[in-house]
Amino acid sequence: MIRDFVYFKAGTVKETLDLLDKYKDDYKIICGGQSLLILMRQGLVAPANLIDIKKVTELSYIEFDLKTGLKIGAATTHRDIEKSEIIKKHYPILVYMEENIASNQTRNWGTIGGNLCHGDPTGDPGPVFIALNALVKIADKKKERNLLLEDFFVDYFETALQDGELLLEIQIPIIAPLTAVAYEKFNIIQNDQGIVSAAVSITLTKDGDSCKDARIVLGGAASKPLRIKEAEQILMGKKLTDSLLKKAGEKASELADPVSDIHASETYRRYLAEVLTKRMVKKAWEQALTYMKR
Amino acid sequence: MEKQLLRITVNHQYHELYIEPKRLLVEVLRNELELTGTKRACSTGACCACSVILNGMAVKSCSVLAMQADECEVLTVESLAENGELTPLQKAFLDFGAFQCGFCTSGMLMSATAFLRETPKPTVDQIREALHGNLCRCTGYNSIIRAVKAVADGKYKGSSQ
Repeated sequence: MIRDFVYFKAGTVKETLDLLDKYKDDYKIICGGQSLLILMRQGLVAPANLIDIKKVTELSYIEFDLKTGLKIGAATTHRDIEKSEIIKKHYPILVYMEENIASNQTRNWGTIGGNLCHGDPTGDPGPVFIALNALVKIADKKKERNLLLEDFFVDYFETALQDGELLLEIQIPIIAPLTAVAYEKFNIIQNDQGIVSAAVSITLTKDGDSCKDARIVLGGAASKPLRIKEAEQILMGKKLTDSLLKKAGEKASELADPVSDIHASETYRRYLAEVLTKRMVKKAWEQALTYMKR
Repeated sequence: MEKQLLRITVNHQYHELYIEPKRLLVEVLRNELELTGTKRACSTGACCACSVILNGMAVKSCSVLAMQADECEVLTVESLAENGELTPLQKAFLDFGAFQCGFCTSGMLMSATAFLRETPKPTVDQIREALHGNLCRCTGYNSIIRAVKAVADGKYKGSSQ
């Protein structure tokens, strides 16, 4: 049973920030509500004030520029991202990620900002956006600030958003040449949340011979999306070999910090972290190699 | 809890209702408007039995606050048949035996209706993708997919899907 709350519908960002400031002590923001309403129905979240930003249309947009990259408004739905021709062309991994997030029904109404602010460590966009080196733009009534997405996630269902702050925008830089990004999650039911997921970005050297840059991010393997920098270091300057993949995978497994729960044991999650890291490094690397031949 | 004004067009009919803001769309459809064709099953957002079309998109009416549908247009399963004439999709569901207990049917019909408007000539794989969130506990999936495919292939003439 959902507990009583006072409901406010904001029409603009300014109105939203005023409401957040006024009800600082006890509020929740709802946009698509696809995660929040489940928690409210279970009584796990019971805000005194509910601030609805679904009709704040100025937060729903997808913009792209060859210099500055991609900007996605926080209230943009999953479905709009998945169907965007610009994203299909320049960031196809996002289309793949979005298509596998949940049912059409959830993607039609749920928003990208809501997904990130929910702070679920098994969420799909977190790892992929971090592999793409995303930034988030946040504001409160007084000021705006930018934050790396990897610093936005703090703990289970906890983000760096302070009381009164609103997530405005996700920014993704242009993907460097000879770079490919791969993402996969392991789950039992298709399009369900992943038990463990891995997002990997590989940039090759000009001659395509070795790895120039790498980003490896795990989902479902810790209290937040986890970047495994030491596994990235293992790849730098090296050629693709089975033993290199094994080393990177083992490092990811070692540095993961998963828990045992109803879906999987800690041991199994570590095993998945290794397997998915190996597979995604290989997949991204081989994909990047095909860009050489063009 | 203080009631608030909801202005909502359901099945082409405009309504003004005073509701508690914590009411879900499915509750307003079933309890206030007595449109009980929309079914509430899992109540955790996992089964899509409560799917309706909101501003042209399939959504789960158990996962949308009714107040979020203010000034929106909602279509429920009751909107499909006109003057007793079933839509092609409804006829196909009958012909293909696309239900057993029937509890998932209104959600299946609304999801498939929205999908066929979006993707008029889908492949079987696209139909499976589009309906994968709609659970059928009697496991009648194949007959459902066949019914949607038959309509997409133009085997049923009639009013709009």
